[in-house]
Amino acid sequence: MIHEQPTAYVNARLLDPDSGLDGPGALLAKDGVIADFGPDLFADGVPDGIAVVDCGGHCLAPGLIDMHVHFREPGHEHKETIATGGLAAAAGGVTSVACMPNTKPVIDDVALVEFVQRRARDAKGVKVYPFGAVTKGLEGRQLTEMGMLAEAGAVAFSDDGLPVADSQVMRRALSYARTFDLIVSQHAEDLSLTSCGCMAEGEVSTRLGLPGIPDESEIVVVERDIRLVELTGGRYHVAHISTAGAVEAVRRAKRSGLPVTCEVAPHHFALTEHDVGDYRTFAKMAPPLRSETNRKAMVEGLKDGTIDAIASDHAPHDQESKRVPMERAANGIVGLETMLPLSLELYHGGHLSLREVLRRLTSAPADLLGIDAGRLRRGAPADLVLFDLDAPWQVDRGVFRSKSSNTPFDGRPVQGRVLCTVVDGRTLFTAGS
Amino acid sequence: MQPVLLPSIFSDRHLLGIEGLSAGAITHLLDLSEGYVALNREVQKRKSLLGGRTVVLLFFETSTRTRTSFELAGKRLGADVINIAVASSAIKKGETLIDTAMTLNAMHPDMLIVRHPDAGAARLLANHVECAVINAGDGSHEHPTQALLDALTIRHRFGRIEGLRVAICGDVLHSRVARSNILLLNTMGAQVRIIAPPTLVPAAIERMGVEIFHDMRAGLEGCDVIMMLRLQQERMQGTFVPSVREYFRFYGLDRAKLAQARENALILHPGPMNRGVEIDSEVADDITRSAILDQVELGVAVRQGCLDALSRNLGPAPVF
Repeated sequence: MIHEQPTAYVNARLLDPDSGLDGPGALLAKDGVIADFGPDLFADGVPDGIAVVDCGGHCLAPGLIDMHVHFREPGHEHKETIATGGLAAAAGGVTSVACMPNTKPVIDDVALVEFVQRRARDAKGVKVYPFGAVTKGLEGRQLTEMGMLAEAGAVAFSDDGLPVADSQVMRRALSYARTFDLIVSQHAEDLSLTSCGCMAEGEVSTRLGLPGIPDESEIVVVERDIRLVELTGGRYHVAHISTAGAVEAVRRAKRSGLPVTCEVAPHHFALTEHDVGDYRTFAKMAPPLRSETNRKAMVEGLKDGTIDAIASDHAPHDQESKRVPMERAANGIVGLETMLPLSLELYHGGHLSLREVLRRLTSAPADLLGIDAGRLRRGAPADLVLFDLDAPWQVDRGVFRSKSSNTPFDGRPVQGRVLCTVVDGRTLFTAGS
Repeated sequence: MQPVLLPSIFSDRHLLGIEGLSAGAITHLLDLSEGYVALNREVQKRKSLLGGRTVVLLFFETSTRTRTSFELAGKRLGADVINIAVASSAIKKGETLIDTAMTLNAMHPDMLIVRHPDAGAARLLANHVECAVINAGDGSHEHPTQALLDALTIRHRFGRIEGLRVAICGDVLHSRVARSNILLLNTMGAQVRIIAPPTLVPAAIERMGVEIFHDMRAGLEGCDVIMMLRLQQERMQGTFVPSVREYFRFYGLDRAKLAQARENALILHPGPMNRGVEIDSEVADDITRSAILDQVELGVAVRQGCLDALSRNLGPAPVF
């Protein structure tokens, strides 16, 4: 492997959420790994032959890990590719992503896992970890070759986009995945309750005349699955959790020591059903934006540790999929380039400490996926993000690196900006370039 | 010289819904419509108010009375009225609503009257065209001219809307007519009830200012106006309603249930009626109680009123 010359990141605020490190110092990246870091490093100056990056006192943290993205390749390359998705990730300070397998074809075979890895290698961007499908073709009937997918590099399993609806299939999936100690991530949605719903059920859906989705559509699946975890002992993860009821179910399960975890997407703690406004299809996603009560429950869940990780559910769509009436519009929004500032709202708003916010974006998802990332540690890959914690700016979808720009956050004033993103010691993104 | 038009209380460019209209604006539209009721009974019904204007009817759903009534309204006001038959157009071939809007916009119509099966479709079109848009029904969202014609019918009978007790009965969940009426009647100071089985009541509808009844007899007590809603064929069996005969037994308007309402209570129905489903034939045909045909007549006048009001907010008419 060819690496850049050794680089010294000096005058930084070093943040390692896992160890709790938060203080001034410097870091040396060499041969793609973190060679050293600490408050006294380079106290006597940087020796010759080492490139110097003056961090200007800004935050230098482990690169973010987004455990839930859709890169649309293979199959829908007009919406996003592994290369363009990687550019968006780097712009968002994200150095590792886990890709959902609901592509066309579905990532349910070793050859397809290898395809994703090869495309990622070719792109020379951020690290891309494929999820394997739980069932063949996401059809909810036959389990994939989980063992072989895992050997090939799948980091977890999910039928995301669709739930594993059949209780017996879910039981077997949890049971079988235990062998490999990998999580089964569930898109928790009872499709018969969702029916033709296209936003949260409530006063707003009633006023707009749109079919609604009750909270119970998510809750009943999570409740059922937790029973199946009791039965099987399999590691279960709720993707993009969005209801107070499901968070409460996960909280109870954790208390009883079950291997249950969950992630939340920024839009579910930053927006509510009211943001659908006048049929804004950019605010349509599954699960839908829900009530203020649910939004607050997401913040509470992050605060008390019930919610393990923050993941963007980056779901790019072209104009054609969104410039249609609400009921016909595709689900999903892009999220990689807004995840950090939206998550930092939790810090700036006084809800979570900076360490707790960053932990949900680094070491916590790394541990869920079992990947070597998310920590400042000597010998660990030099995957880093440098960001200005306080810089105010406005989201502008016009400058997104993603191929798609379907975001409900356009124009939102936010605080906290990525200055530089480094993967294996290589700088992939620099603000303003 | 062009007549000088005074600034109107209704200054909107489009009529997309009742939501957001003030009592003053609604009264203004009703008053304007009232003027056309008498004119429509004359032999010479034609005015030249919309001379040189093009009105396009774009109906993505079949409709007889609404489409015909808009067409008559436009023609009686002197406009060129174009009907776009959706079944034979590109729309069915996958052209998006916005493409359709752009195409029509390029033909410079002055008004576009649209009906579409999706909620929000009229708004979406309005965002992409330069002409005035009237929503003639979008999914389960709104049908403002229906609510206005219902209001005009009520006003004809009672001389007022304020203080009346109105029951809206049936499939409220899927009804744009119900939503527009709830908004209008509340704005005008009526007391609104809805009567429906729990499966056909939208979530949090009470937040729109209605009282909910599942027992039709109790709900009809003391009502001045009874608005019946149409139950769509595809919803007559399944999980909304188990069967027609069960629905008619509990929610069909018959003489016995009607007896709970005020003696002179007025019965409205947006049509077309399902006799023996939501309404008993005998009740439907009782001309002392049922205002169903009055609604049709006043419907034309209301559409004239709306075209008239919107035309005043268009730019000046073209000069030939």
